Amino acid sequence: MDIQFTEEQELLRSSVQRLLRDQYDFDTRRKIVASEEGWSRKHWSFFAELGLLAAPFSEEIGGLGGGPLATMIMMQEFGRHLLVEPFFETVVLAGGLIEDFGSADQQVAYLPDIISGEKVWALAWSEGRSRYDLGHVSTTARREGGSYVLSGTKAAVVAAPWADSLIVSARTSGERGDRNGVSLFVVDRHSPNLHLQGFRTIDGRRAAEVALMNVSVPASQMLGREGEGVAALEACRDRAIGALCAETVGAMGELNAATLEYSKTRKQFGVTLGSFQVLQHRMVDMFIAHQEALSLMQHLNLSLASKDAARSRLASGAKSKIGYAAKFVADQAVQLHGGMGMTDELNVGHYFKRISSINIQFGDPAFHVLRYAQLDAAA
Amino acid sequence: MELVLSPEEAAFRDEVRAFIAENYPAEMRVPNPETDLTKEQMLLWHRILYRKGWIAPLWPKEYGGPGWSITKRFIFEQETTRAGTLPPLAFSVTMVGPVIYTFGNEAQKTKFLPRILSGEDWWCQGYSEPGSGSDLASVRTKAVRDGDHYIVNGHKTWTTLAQHADWIFCLVRTDTSAKPQSGISFLLIDMKSPGVTVRPIITIDGSHEVNDVFLENVRVPVANLIGEENKGWTYAKFLLGNERTSMAGIGRSTRYLERLKKIVKAEIPEDDPAHLEFVRDIARIELDVLALEATELRIVAQMARGIDPGPAASLFKIRGTEIFQDITELTHRAIGNYGLAIREQPVSANHFMPGPDYGHTVSEKYLNSRKLSIYGGSNEIQRNIIAKAVLGL
Repeated sequence: MDIQFTEEQELLRSSVQRLLRDQYDFDTRRKIVASEEGWSRKHWSFFAELGLLAAPFSEEIGGLGGGPLATMIMMQEFGRHLLVEPFFETVVLAGGLIEDFGSADQQVAYLPDIISGEKVWALAWSEGRSRYDLGHVSTTARREGGSYVLSGTKAAVVAAPWADSLIVSARTSGERGDRNGVSLFVVDRHSPNLHLQGFRTIDGRRAAEVALMNVSVPASQMLGREGEGVAALEACRDRAIGALCAETVGAMGELNAATLEYSKTRKQFGVTLGSFQVLQHRMVDMFIAHQEALSLMQHLNLSLASKDAARSRLASGAKSKIGYAAKFVADQAVQLHGGMGMTDELNVGHYFKRISSINIQFGDPAFHVLRYAQLDAAA
Repeated sequence: MELVLSPEEAAFRDEVRAFIAENYPAEMRVPNPETDLTKEQMLLWHRILYRKGWIAPLWPKEYGGPGWSITKRFIFEQETTRAGTLPPLAFSVTMVGPVIYTFGNEAQKTKFLPRILSGEDWWCQGYSEPGSGSDLASVRTKAVRDGDHYIVNGHKTWTTLAQHADWIFCLVRTDTSAKPQSGISFLLIDMKSPGVTVRPIITIDGSHEVNDVFLENVRVPVANLIGEENKGWTYAKFLLGNERTSMAGIGRSTRYLERLKKIVKAEIPEDDPAHLEFVRDIARIELDVLALEATELRIVAQMARGIDPGPAASLFKIRGTEIFQDITELTHRAIGNYGLAIREQPVSANHFMPGPDYGHTVSEKYLNSRKLSIYGGSNEIQRNIIAKAVLGL
């Protein structure tokens, strides 16, 4: 199984590659990460101009109709360049939820600003001890006339400090842990009584704890049907995993290339590191891990694109298998680079950290292997 | 697991335990002692041990050691690591000190040893170079004789806490025509000498622990040469033997496992399927620690009977570091989404960190511990040592 990419898809890939090669080298990224805001609006506008923020959306709503495969192509390149801009949060998570579950009015209200690069979004689903359970929601949404009043704290919301709008999961009925009774709301980040405490993430991004202290949200900003937020988040997570796996595969490829190159040039004991059989075998295993991850990642994204019935289970399988594979590659890339792999100066450690971060987001490999097994048992 | 102790040894253990409880400075109990202490704070415990006469367990009595048996030394090591005390300056006390009293001349012993014990001099290690990591014998830093001085030029790297150091002990090449191991000398260099520059290396956890040290036309008195010129490799190997002795890190691993158990208890409810998985993973690591501890005790008992441990240090280094990496990784997994957060360096109370306190240093520890399988002779090198020296391959 190999994807025969269309001319359009190849064009998308080459234009992203060119843009990032010319505009997003590692030094540029370092400066962006160190800047006050921590992301680059200038680059964001390049992405918009190039149509990247429109690529996955369907044509009826102003997109280019590229779907999950367009996302896959872009995320793989973003992974190679360790992009920090909130494409994943804005386009894949929020954009995907609005496209799939938003009303026609909501799509018209929100998507044009996402596609044009005017607005950045974040998804606030996790809470203090929710771990990876989408239904573990204590935040409440209480109906008051034409509005809902939201109270609670959302945890570790990536890109929240940059966002103009948040999608927040809150309970309209039921108890914490119930699958039913969770609803999604579009919340203006500058709403009264909404407080952010920002912090840095291990992979050089920004996240925040989001405290909602009786934040009033018009009922028209409920996204999807009342009480069915968990199902919407599950669908969102499947697509998120497709994107994150593509990003991971991009990062793994770069780590393998860098490690191989280093092993061919670095000499100790009068010979190159690559001449030691123990390291040759290690790098062969890294190569195999990358090959398998690439295949599984493509398989998953094809399955997402065709809305295959088994896609959610496959998403968990891929998140687990690719997560473990990436962890192996990242560990060994640092190890084989020796002390250099530990430095902030070299990009290797930054790929390591991005992979560590992806392995937490939307569930770690252990969580997903279990979900994969349980979905099989349930079938 | 405990050694079988004589009544005297048991009394000694109790004495050490009580001394730590009464004297370990409260201000050294910070979230991450390796990054959060000032130079002065790092020296507090060193000075307390110095005043007590316990600063240098390895040293012979005539140079200021306590004159302990191997068993007592082990007890001391066990008690201090279990209690999580910051070790005394290792590059000073464990590394350069024994080289000086074993191979140095009387003037060097008189000048340096007392100041090492008291903590007046802070030493760092000038071994690795950009081109010489695992292959230490390939060092290129050159020392050329000029009357009563050597002129030293070169670039040392991964120099731990050089930013605090008063002195650096260096491997330098004094004979470029000889075989790599035969042309090396062991030189003591004052960090205040003109031509010495320290540049920080920031690691992936954001901390500043290691440095580059540049040596440009540094004039070093010949009086600072240890032993004979071109015999430095012998002294270096002697020192590396000391470096690896305490790398099993049983005390530290035990403490971090206890902390991990508390975190799992607080973070993951028993009805979460992940709970059982964590319980099983923790138990596995506990058995790893138990097996390594039993090995350590067995070897300590043999050493006490005068049996040479051989390259046991390599075994301790490999397993000790692998175990600690497993623990920091599992702890990072245990805190779930908060594993995304990391403290900003330098550490300040002004920076917000989310989630429970026990999670605040988990990410940085996870990242930092990747170094363990690389430094002090990478684990690949340690396996080569065992293959060659033990298995005869």
